[in-house]
Amino acid sequence: MKIYDGWKIILGIVIGIAFFTMPIWLNLSSAQSKVKPKLVYPTDARQCIDDKDYMNHYHMDLLNYWRDSVVRLNMRYVVRNGVVLTHNGQKLEMSLTLTCLKCHSDKKNFCDQCHNYLQVKPYCWDCHVQPKEALK
Amino acid sequence: MSIKIKPEELLKNVTYKPKFVNWMDVPVEFQKGTFNYAGSEDALIYLDQPNPRKWQPTDPDWKLPENWQEIILEGLRERLEKYRSLKIFMDICVRCGACADKCHFFLGSGDPKNMPVLRAELLRSVYRREFTTAGKIMGRMVGARELTFDVLREWFYYFYQCTQCRRCSVFCPYGIDTAEITFLTRDLMNLIGVNIDWIMTPVKNSYRTGNHLGVQPHGMKDSLEMAAADIEEITGIRVEIPINKKGAEFLFVTPSADYFGTPHYYTLMGYIMLFHEIGLDYTFSTYASEGGNFGSFVSHDLMKRLNHKIYAEAKRLKVKWILGGECGHMWRVIHQYMDTMNGPADFLEVPKSPITGTVFENAKSTKMVHICEFTADLIYHNKLKLDPSRNDHWHATFHDSCNPSRGMGLLEEPRYIIKNVMRKFTEMPDNTIREQTFCCGSGAGLGTEENFEMRMRGGFPRANAAKYVKDKYGVNICLCICAIDKANLPPLFDFWVPGLEVGGVHEMVGNALIMTGEKPREVDLRLNPLLKEEENQ
Amino acid sequence: MGIQLSLLVTVVILLAGWVAGVLPFLKFIFGVILPYVALAVFAIGLIVRVLRWARSPVPFRITTTCGQEKSLPWIKQNKLDNPSSALGTLGRMALEVLFFRSLFRNTKASLKDDRLVYSVDKWLWFFSLAFHWSFLIIFLRHFRFFTEPIPFFVGFLQDIDGFFQVGLPIIYITDVAILVALTYLFLRRIFNAKVRIVSLPSDYFPLLLILGIAVTGVLMRYFLKTDLVAVKEFAVSILSFQPISNELLNKLSPLFMIHFTFVCTLLIYFPMSKLVHLGGIFMSPTRNLANNNRMKRHINPWNPVVAVHTYEEYEDEFREKMKAAGIPVEKEE
Repeated sequence: MKIYDGWKIILGIVIGIAFFTMPIWLNLSSAQSKVKPKLVYPTDARQCIDDKDYMNHYHMDLLNYWRDSVVRLNMRYVVRNGVVLTHNGQKLEMSLTLTCLKCHSDKKNFCDQCHNYLQVKPYCWDCHVQPKEALK
Repeated sequence: MSIKIKPEELLKNVTYKPKFVNWMDVPVEFQKGTFNYAGSEDALIYLDQPNPRKWQPTDPDWKLPENWQEIILEGLRERLEKYRSLKIFMDICVRCGACADKCHFFLGSGDPKNMPVLRAELLRSVYRREFTTAGKIMGRMVGARELTFDVLREWFYYFYQCTQCRRCSVFCPYGIDTAEITFLTRDLMNLIGVNIDWIMTPVKNSYRTGNHLGVQPHGMKDSLEMAAADIEEITGIRVEIPINKKGAEFLFVTPSADYFGTPHYYTLMGYIMLFHEIGLDYTFSTYASEGGNFGSFVSHDLMKRLNHKIYAEAKRLKVKWILGGECGHMWRVIHQYMDTMNGPADFLEVPKSPITGTVFENAKSTKMVHICEFTADLIYHNKLKLDPSRNDHWHATFHDSCNPSRGMGLLEEPRYIIKNVMRKFTEMPDNTIREQTFCCGSGAGLGTEENFEMRMRGGFPRANAAKYVKDKYGVNICLCICAIDKANLPPLFDFWVPGLEVGGVHEMVGNALIMTGEKPREVDLRLNPLLKEEENQ
Repeated sequence: MGIQLSLLVTVVILLAGWVAGVLPFLKFIFGVILPYVALAVFAIGLIVRVLRWARSPVPFRITTTCGQEKSLPWIKQNKLDNPSSALGTLGRMALEVLFFRSLFRNTKASLKDDRLVYSVDKWLWFFSLAFHWSFLIIFLRHFRFFTEPIPFFVGFLQDIDGFFQVGLPIIYITDVAILVALTYLFLRRIFNAKVRIVSLPSDYFPLLLILGIAVTGVLMRYFLKTDLVAVKEFAVSILSFQPISNELLNKLSPLFMIHFTFVCTLLIYFPMSKLVHLGGIFMSPTRNLANNNRMKRHINPWNPVVAVHTYEEYEDEFREKMKAAGIPVEKEE
């Protein structure tokens, strides 16, 4: 088959295909593509504030709601069905540091696992002190 | 044409919001005044073209060959393999509609099939049916349809309602060029002898006698002699007009309408006066007496057969280079096709102005220069004595012709000349000039009497812009550099803008040119009296 | 007719995606086989299409010139709209491909009291540009799901795209833009009489398909969240040819499967539709050639030999008349 303007068109095709298949080449050229996030769950606590599925998908909405409630409405405690939730006799605060991080204290092996994997940059730490580093 | 239509009636039913229908269900109607007569039998025989016979588009039977569909589809297959342009233009249109209201025929008729996108779909629908899998299976669902006699009639009607002006191509995000599609579809129809007479007969004439009008050598000489006599009457100077002169420095090729047509003739006088005044060694040719090329409206082969004469004659006469006159599609052919088709012109030299010494680098391969490039260079180097006040009875505007603007880019040269040879010049609105210029409505072989209504519709956008500057600024002449314009703008303006004259750029040069030893000028080249000093204040 | 048909096909694809998201045995077909088929059809189909164009030569240099040519040295050439050099042509193509130069010229004509008036009409240009750029940026942003490690540009694009920092997750400008632009382009097809009459099912369908992709994507990002870690594992596995476990497939939500099925359909549909304008625009001979016609000879590889009427034949016919008129001839007899 005769092709006219051959080298220009072949070059164009190569660039085009290379562009659209870039993810494949990037994955194949890196061993890291087999690495998956590994979450370390707390060993001393049994129960989270909601079920795992909900927390997996919607924790950001929950945290956002907490932030708004506390900072803007001065509502401090987690209320469900009109009742303030308690844990070990203490009222549950709507607080990242005092509630979530109490159990999930290993940010690097918990939060960051998925966030880095998916390039999510939550702005929690713009205000909150990061737990691990703070302990050091 | 005896039926007199009125401008206001023509626009009465024009709307740019076409009613929604499936356009494939709308049959074509050959209405009087909107189509051209069929190509004559003897022209086709002389040119050895397929299926010569007597027929008319309104006949129920077009006397087509038995297997005409096969011939056209085979022709289409062949052209798809030969022209990447066609293949790409068939495949990539997204029907965004940017071209829709850019076509002068749509603007003048409101007929949706005159939207460039739909015009192309007329062919594309058949292409889909024959050359794409989806079209073969799904048919009309994906805009595909069979090539039937009705489709052919539609092709004939609408592909001869396109003047190949390329305005739509300027606006198309992919540069889809309807001129190319029209050209190749006309070429396909020509394979079965479906064509129009105002193309085929001029092609035959041009092939035989060298020019469209069929003027024989002695007739052409008479006409040039008459121009010399008229020039003598106006200026008192007797000019020599060389014809078929061997060894001249350059060959001058102009559209043949310049020898006979009005107002073309005044432009011819302008050229001759200019050449005489600066003492050029040039020659006209009776064999290559036509720059225009009606073959370029219907087939690449015919285009090449006619265009062949220019280089052949330059070679025979042993000239050094070629100068071309004011013409539109002639310049598209010379600029974009001649060198490829009939070159290389290695027997010629790179054009060099004998007066200014300017080397025309932009024409170094084709070796043909546009008269406006040549004259602009003369004026820029102060080689001409000009008296622009001799054009004070004119207030001009300039109509860019389709081909020099969109197939070449010759925009500033004519303007530069105009501004130096006359004092009153006003441009038409921006989106009607330069690369966005509107066609006169009669290009590409459509300038016939029988097609009068369609021409007036197609020329409406141009006339509308001209009317604007006439009414607002008192413009009284529209200058142009195209023979078809010079033939068609006068009836167009008579219809839409009565009182607006049409002229050529070199007519104005002729008026302003102060010739050595001339008598005081009292009239212009049209024998109109010049304005007196005091009238001018 | 066109709209209904495209709508029907789009809904069928949607249902297929949803069923695949609910029925485990279909998940394998839609989740593992379909993407490879789609990728292969897309890549091979586009290459074949371009090579088919490439097989035909460009016999003539038919540039559409949109500005002053290069002629005399003192006349200013319009180097981008009427380029005469390779560099200028590259510039013209770049303007065309990246900024839709020609579409930018768009005007709207209307008749007012038998006068033709034109108004500026940039909406088509604006929304097409918005749509195409959004699509590109969204594709590039998706590299956060496609590759591990994630390329540098993703973070950069996310920051720019989420510049206004509104909402949680931050609303991307391109997400809004693509929805608005697609809606405009779709409604334009219906309400602009000129466009409606030329629109085919194959014009509505890609719009609906891409709208389907965009809507499901936006739903997953902002409203009906899905297990993104599973999505990424799935995407990376496909894009690095690793096996995919049933367990992983089962983590993919029906909404994601709809999104994914739409994307695969688009890839398959691409090379056999008008969407090939992606490649075609680079090969359009009225735009990608320099207007240097009279400077450099263009070669037509199939330049035919044609019958010509020679000077000798001409003189033979008119010799006597020429002689009588005093026009020089080659042969006296």
